[in-house]
Amino acid sequence: MAKPLGFEKPLGMRDILPESLARQRYLEALLREQIEQWGYEEIATPSLEYHDTVGEASVTTTERMFKLLDKQGHTVVLRPDMTAPIARVVSSLYKQIPFPIRLYYQANVFRAQEKEAGRNAEFFQTGVELIGDGSVDADAEVIALAVACLKTAGIRSFQIAIGHADFMAGLLEETVDAQEDRNRLRERLTDRDYVGYRQLVDALPLDTDRRARLYALLRLRGGKGKIDEARELTVNGKARRAVQTVASLWEALEAYGVTEHVLLDFNLVLHLNYYTGIVFEGYAANLGSPLVGGGRYDRLLAQFGRPAPATGFAIKMDRLLQATDAKPPKKRNRLLILYTEANRSRALQEAQKQRQNGRVVITRLISESGQEPPHADDLDVIRITGEEDVG
Amino acid sequence: MSGSDRMQKLTIAMPKGRIFEESLVFLKEAGLTVTADLQESRKLIIPVANSHLQFILAKPTDVPTYVEYGVADVGVVGKDVLLEEERDVYELLDLKIGYCRMMVAGLPDWQPTETPRVATKYPRIASRYFREQGQQVEVIKLNGSVELAPLIGLADRIVDIVSTGQTLRENGLVELEHICEITTRLIANRASYRMKSEAVDEIADKFLSVIPRR
Repeated sequence: MAKPLGFEKPLGMRDILPESLARQRYLEALLREQIEQWGYEEIATPSLEYHDTVGEASVTTTERMFKLLDKQGHTVVLRPDMTAPIARVVSSLYKQIPFPIRLYYQANVFRAQEKEAGRNAEFFQTGVELIGDGSVDADAEVIALAVACLKTAGIRSFQIAIGHADFMAGLLEETVDAQEDRNRLRERLTDRDYVGYRQLVDALPLDTDRRARLYALLRLRGGKGKIDEARELTVNGKARRAVQTVASLWEALEAYGVTEHVLLDFNLVLHLNYYTGIVFEGYAANLGSPLVGGGRYDRLLAQFGRPAPATGFAIKMDRLLQATDAKPPKKRNRLLILYTEANRSRALQEAQKQRQNGRVVITRLISESGQEPPHADDLDVIRITGEEDVG
Repeated sequence: MSGSDRMQKLTIAMPKGRIFEESLVFLKEAGLTVTADLQESRKLIIPVANSHLQFILAKPTDVPTYVEYGVADVGVVGKDVLLEEERDVYELLDLKIGYCRMMVAGLPDWQPTETPRVATKYPRIASRYFREQGQQVEVIKLNGSVELAPLIGLADRIVDIVSTGQTLRENGLVELEHICEITTRLIANRASYRMKSEAVDEIADKFLSVIPRR
């Protein structure tokens, strides 16, 4: 690669200028307030983690991590998400703290991008983790909290799609005998290649009933009615239990009064082999990509030696900012105090007094002849000039 | 306000070029009347009268990009482009139009060489295919007239789509290996698939009702 030019940043990194950052911080403050009302406490973890611990446990694949070597020669990664570091803390420093543990974070995470040079490789996220509670009510709590967060952030039109990691796996186990074929079907669904999935279903030696059930899987997206449709497709075992969990979850979400924002999608596949139960993803009108994602990950904590069920979500702040027009309330005008050298102490004392009164004050030394103050709509100007009246 | 968009305005990305005409007939059969001079007109955004639909005309390789980023909710595009672009979109339907096949071609007397070179408009598909075959080849990306490459010694084989095979024959090339069948697909954006589920399903059902008749 050519030597970087002065203005260039590493691929996918970006600057956030004051106006944008003010919006982001404002939204973060709104989310923080909402999340804290649900009893979550904020946590911060290091930017660098060992590849062998957090890196291995993370849902992000190794190719997408930024890796470097520390002075001892260990491979370290820029944290690709906050969930794995939090699992590490809960299993070590927080080992004595009884479950359930409710934690939240507002932090940046790093993921290298393959396509589109300009795509972000550093994301700001606000997320929560509810650790040590395996109940459906815990799933409902984090989903209801995600809904509350999106509302708080001023997103007017949004949908949370909810699925279950076991449903598809269970249905495939019931209908397709060979493990290899099941994997191929799962792969198609994970790739969102429904055409390829149907072609494969057609090609497999299946009876008409099983084929019809595999076809019907693609139509399991919609409201509450899809629960019964899903149940009819299953015989017993894993898939049936998954449907039962979704049905109980729906009841809990009704109790929270959030079902108008919920869409069931039994095909929703998020990070195979990581999520273990309810999964969900949130979308806003006129935004091409999901802005929140989450679900139950009951196997992660065991990797750090403190097995426990857990669930949570992360909101992508850049997408949230795109989807909302919420902005910080207009501030009171800033105060500019212009002063001459002879009036310095009077001017600076006045500035301190005004600051104590809550004003934003900028001071500037001018020459006796007096320059024109810069004009700005959000600026009140005071001049403290002339002969000093005996100090 | 309810979670879903009541208006559900739907933007459909249509590919100019090879599969455009066939797609247009397809739309008409599906009950979506589009003004006849669509391709002649220079307009790139075309609203459909009395409906919540609008079309955008795009270069075929850009259709999945528009759909992935959500500036189009759904798109009509060849499987060749989908395989090459690897975009994160839903592939909803095989429209069973625009039939052709992706293949490896070369001169009739082609023999394996020590330093195999393959010219193609589809570098990803070619690399993936030869890797799966256990062959290490140098892939040369060309933007057109791929058939020329073996004739002038730029490459010993090409990877391209073939429908009738006429271009190959005229240039004295033969099909060596068949990679896969290509047809036209209906794709959808991840968010639109959920946020505009009714409108997306409606258009998919309309298309679906036409497919078996063909």
